[in-house]
Amino acid sequence: MAFAPLVAQISGADQISFGEAISAGFAYGLAAIGPGIGIGYLVGQSVQAMARQPEAAGMVRTTMFLGIAFTEALALIGFVVFVLLKFA
Amino acid sequence: MHLLALDFPGIDHIVKFKPIFGDGTLYEFNKVTLICVLAAVATLVMFLLAGSKGALVPTGVQNIVESAVEFVREGIVLQTMGPSGLGWMPYLTTLFFFIFFCNIFEIIPIFQIPATARMAIPLFLALLSWVIFIVVGIINQGPLGYFKSSLFPPGVPTALYILVTPIEFISTFLVRPFSLAVRLFANMLAGHILLVTFSVLSAALLVKGPLVVVMPLPAVMLVFLTGFEVLVAVLQAYIFTILTAVYIGGAMHPEH
Repeated sequence: MAFAPLVAQISGADQISFGEAISAGFAYGLAAIGPGIGIGYLVGQSVQAMARQPEAAGMVRTTMFLGIAFTEALALIGFVVFVLLKFA
Repeated sequence: MHLLALDFPGIDHIVKFKPIFGDGTLYEFNKVTLICVLAAVATLVMFLLAGSKGALVPTGVQNIVESAVEFVREGIVLQTMGPSGLGWMPYLTTLFFFIFFCNIFEIIPIFQIPATARMAIPLFLALLSWVIFIVVGIINQGPLGYFKSSLFPPGVPTALYILVTPIEFISTFLVRPFSLAVRLFANMLAGHILLVTFSVLSAALLVKGPLVVVMPLPAVMLVFLTGFEVLVAVLQAYIFTILTAVYIGGAMHPEH
């Protein structure tokens, strides 16, 4: 849309690499938003839980890392899409 | 690829290496394979050295290994599988140390690439964990019992099974091995690319004299990121191990 005048100036094969570069940036940028919010919220709540009940800190920490691993996966898939679009 | 008159190496340049021997055959041996072999040997030698003495008061390597084994026992197995999972200690400890050594080669000079930044190692380890947790589930609950408890979770209204069963199938049998492999692979590849980027920046600024004023910025970032990558190497080994433990534990004790 906003790129339409730009794309019109580029010819042939360059249009594809232009599209790839733009969408690679969007793929990772958009994929990072959700997990960013998610991990922030998750760790914040875990810190609160640990502060309120320090004797449960070990259990909370294990569960926190598990939660981070699952949340982070989405951002990492976005990163893989970025690498595939940009380099493959 | 050119950016701001800098030559950033392409992705092929930073993760592909010339074969040392066996060019073109199935047994092609390159730097990444060498790192895998070294990681396996390092794990083996470390445990053999620690176990050979069996001293009552541990010293040196034995000290490190004993605290690491205790960490896997207290922090991973007992937290996620309970006392009945202690039989999986050897597998999980080996897995943790093999992944950790594969990762830590990212910051060791000369090598400078984690073996896990190529998909082969994470994929193989993830498929191994996948096969193990399915086999453990089938052995503990019987083939029908296992698939019934994992595909038809109890406590769900019957009509909802149309929705729940496909989701459970995809998340348990397809997404689990995929996300396990991609998580380790993408984390290590991203770390490797970050280090390469800041190394290229530092080197370019070092060569171009007048720009040396801003030189400290990428160089400081490089030092900081190297420390950060040590943290990531430990954390990813820990996460891979704990997720494997959770999956095996879930297959051993079905939800009620």
